[in-house]
Amino acid sequence: MSIIRSLKQLLIVCLLSLPVLGHAQANDEQAQSLLTQLAESSYGQKGKIAGEIARSGDERARGWLEAFSAGKLARIEPSKGDAEGSGKFVIVLSNRGRNWKVQDALTGDDLGEISRRDLDSIRVNNSLRSEIDGILSVIDLTVNDADKRLAAARGLRGNVDEAMAKKLTELMASEEDADVKATLNEALAIYKVEEQGDLSAVKTLSGSLNSEARAALNSATYSDDPALKQAARDALASIETKLKWNRAAETLYFGLSLGSVLVLAAIGLAITFGVMGVINMAHGELIMLGAYTTWGMQQMLPGQPGLALILSIPAGFLVSALAGVAIERSVIQFLKGRPLETLLATFGISLVLQQLVRTVISPLNRTVVTPDWMSGSIMVNEALSLTLNRLYIIGFALVVFVGLMLIMRKTRLGLEVRAVTQNRAMARSMGIKATKVDIMTFALGSGVAGLAGVALSQITNVGPNLGQNYIIDSFMVVVFGGVGNLWGTLVAGLSLGTINQLLEPWAGAVLAKILVLVFIILFIQKRPRGLFPQKGRAAEG
Amino acid sequence: MNYSQSWLTRPFTERSTQIFLGVLFLAVMVVSVLHLVMPEGSALYVSSYTVTLLGKYLCYALLAVAVDLVWGYLGILSLGHGAFFALGGYAMGMYLMRQIGDRGVYGDPTLPDFMVFLNWDSLPWYWHGFDMAWFAFIMVLLAPGLLALVFGFLAFRSRVTGVYLSIITQALTFALMLAFFRNEMGFGGNNGLTDFKDILGFDLRTDAARLGLFIATGIALAVGYVICRAIVTSKLGRVSVACRDAEARTRFLGYRVERVQLFVFVVSAMLAGVAGALYVPQVGIINPSEFSPLFSIEIVVWVALGGRATLYGAVIGAIIVNYAKTVFTGILPDAWLFALGALFVLVTVFLPKGIAGLLPGLKKKTDDESEAPTSGKEATA
Repeated sequence: MSIIRSLKQLLIVCLLSLPVLGHAQANDEQAQSLLTQLAESSYGQKGKIAGEIARSGDERARGWLEAFSAGKLARIEPSKGDAEGSGKFVIVLSNRGRNWKVQDALTGDDLGEISRRDLDSIRVNNSLRSEIDGILSVIDLTVNDADKRLAAARGLRGNVDEAMAKKLTELMASEEDADVKATLNEALAIYKVEEQGDLSAVKTLSGSLNSEARAALNSATYSDDPALKQAARDALASIETKLKWNRAAETLYFGLSLGSVLVLAAIGLAITFGVMGVINMAHGELIMLGAYTTWGMQQMLPGQPGLALILSIPAGFLVSALAGVAIERSVIQFLKGRPLETLLATFGISLVLQQLVRTVISPLNRTVVTPDWMSGSIMVNEALSLTLNRLYIIGFALVVFVGLMLIMRKTRLGLEVRAVTQNRAMARSMGIKATKVDIMTFALGSGVAGLAGVALSQITNVGPNLGQNYIIDSFMVVVFGGVGNLWGTLVAGLSLGTINQLLEPWAGAVLAKILVLVFIILFIQKRPRGLFPQKGRAAEG
Repeated sequence: MNYSQSWLTRPFTERSTQIFLGVLFLAVMVVSVLHLVMPEGSALYVSSYTVTLLGKYLCYALLAVAVDLVWGYLGILSLGHGAFFALGGYAMGMYLMRQIGDRGVYGDPTLPDFMVFLNWDSLPWYWHGFDMAWFAFIMVLLAPGLLALVFGFLAFRSRVTGVYLSIITQALTFALMLAFFRNEMGFGGNNGLTDFKDILGFDLRTDAARLGLFIATGIALAVGYVICRAIVTSKLGRVSVACRDAEARTRFLGYRVERVQLFVFVVSAMLAGVAGALYVPQVGIINPSEFSPLFSIEIVVWVALGGRATLYGAVIGAIIVNYAKTVFTGILPDAWLFALGALFVLVTVFLPKGIAGLLPGLKKKTDDESEAPTSGKEATA
């Protein structure tokens, strides 16, 4: 962390000092004297001086104050330093070891390493730090970038004091961006509620999800003024309802994201098991192969995880589809019409594939890098943020689903698959090559498992047991949704994911999983053909 | 078949049962005698380690017979028989835990060590009674039997069969595994139950107790085998074979298919429970890994290798596979899963009738039943 922070400071300092160089000389004397005052005055005075530094209009002020707040602003001791360096203010870039890397605070020149004994750090304490944070936010409120202003305004909530409140009121009047204005208003309201018990400010806060706002309202409920007390309570209650909704939305999001993972894992099975009637217990291992393809692709393209991930989508499909065809040709075709034997044989294949990965690659988990554009999150509001990688997976699952739907409904292949599964003899007599259709269908289902693997590599560990963890869930989803029905798989996957997430808070992760399994077992007893049973001739299969 | 005989004595008139019981009796006798009589240095001496190992194989054989009863004669491929086995094992394990008394690490007279460790101050209600042997032995039958009864009642009533049943039995054992992994369940969590001291007053670590358990397992296997033979040669057995081959037709003929299925399923679960109960004192530990779906499906492959719907085939399969497992995991631990996986594929593709199918002479004379089925029911039947 400290390295990142120092780099950040370096960057800020560089950026700030570049355009200044021209007229820097004139300001340097004033800056030097301000910094000297900062170094030599008492804690009580330091805050004031920091404010002065901020007001001086010097572009470098931000860097100094940040360094000061982090305890990294130092002075080369006048008595001990060499003649030219003594008394200079420096920013410490790295404070590891005996010699610290420093940089001239005024010119931004790299001064190399200086023994820490020759450096005199300017002391700072916590109350000063928060004061400085406030001062820095005010500086940030004057920049041109609206996003930066918004971030600064957010940082101000709960940190406003009397002097700042005045300044903020001025800034708010001139503020053009609505979001920034609202946030500033909120920050001021928090100050007013906390310090002045302002009733109208309570109203401003009543919709806020900010924790500082809640803290302010909470303290207001202990006020002596009954009107204020009541208003604060009402405001808190309305916030609580709003929070509840947000929590519900969050659970729903997690549920959907888990559900879309289930859908991805199960949808290939919905083709091979649901449509073709082949029990492929090695389906999980086909998912695993897809995940390992992603890993292999990233090994081949070091430094470009994003590109590798995109390339893994077709590659994962291909690898798993080929593996699927190999399984179909070598084993499954000989066991046609004997589902229980197929189950056993493919289970054997799954054991072999797992062990193969263990022996050839490693029994340990491999790390798959998440590209930058997939990490991070979208903040909807203060209480709700959606992680990007899960959002991508939800989208990916939907795309795969729609793609499969189109293939089954609109293409020649889909038509032939449905024909062969409904009446093999009749389909063949109409000139459909049933064997070829079998291979294609199995390749499609297996390839989709590979796609699931590519997606899963972004959220779980890629290891030999990856597939095993999903096979029972996948079968549950297909059976729950109704065999031979892609819509059923979608609905079943999403709802099972959501149910699981709903149960988790009060039952714990393991118990929630058990409850879901028990629920499915009971459900199957009630409706043996799943949520959406097939009707008509296809049901006789 | 001659139905004039009593259903119970009928198995003894069969050639296959006579041969099976004879071989089993001889084997147990020989092992016991060699263990007791031969001096320790002799080449023919059977160590107590080997006795326990053979006892373990016999437990697996009984378990395989139980699976063959439902799979071979009822057409229900259970991928969850490990659950019944483990429940029987846990019932026995609870009895053995209570027998430890105050000799545990923490020396608590009633609470097992893991409960003391978890800071529990009293026994959970379901642990009461397990200090009495008779109660525990009844629970060995009752716990798996009740689970099978409830599960089977729900499943067969709504006509869940074929692959669906296989998958939900697998889900059942998976769910139980997750549940037993939880410490809050009160069954020792991850570590399970272990550190047993004695059974019925005999010290488990002595050679005599080990030999006694081995012989008891042999007797249990013989009794279990005869019970299964009695069932499959009775009228009930004929109906259950009819259910296997044409469930809908049997139902239309007026038989209550689900009752037949439920009865055979519960008997099979109880046999599995007994196998588990005999397994635990010999191995010295029971933990949730016995619930793992992999173990349950391994049992099925023993039966498949030995030959479905023969019962003695299940015994042969269980012993061969487990002997191979002992050898393989000793020499080439990594290769075992390859071998097991290959076994699954080879047996199903090339040896649908199993090893028993390679013994046509024996089969024709003894088994007047139609040939062993080569296929289960259709997926959606």
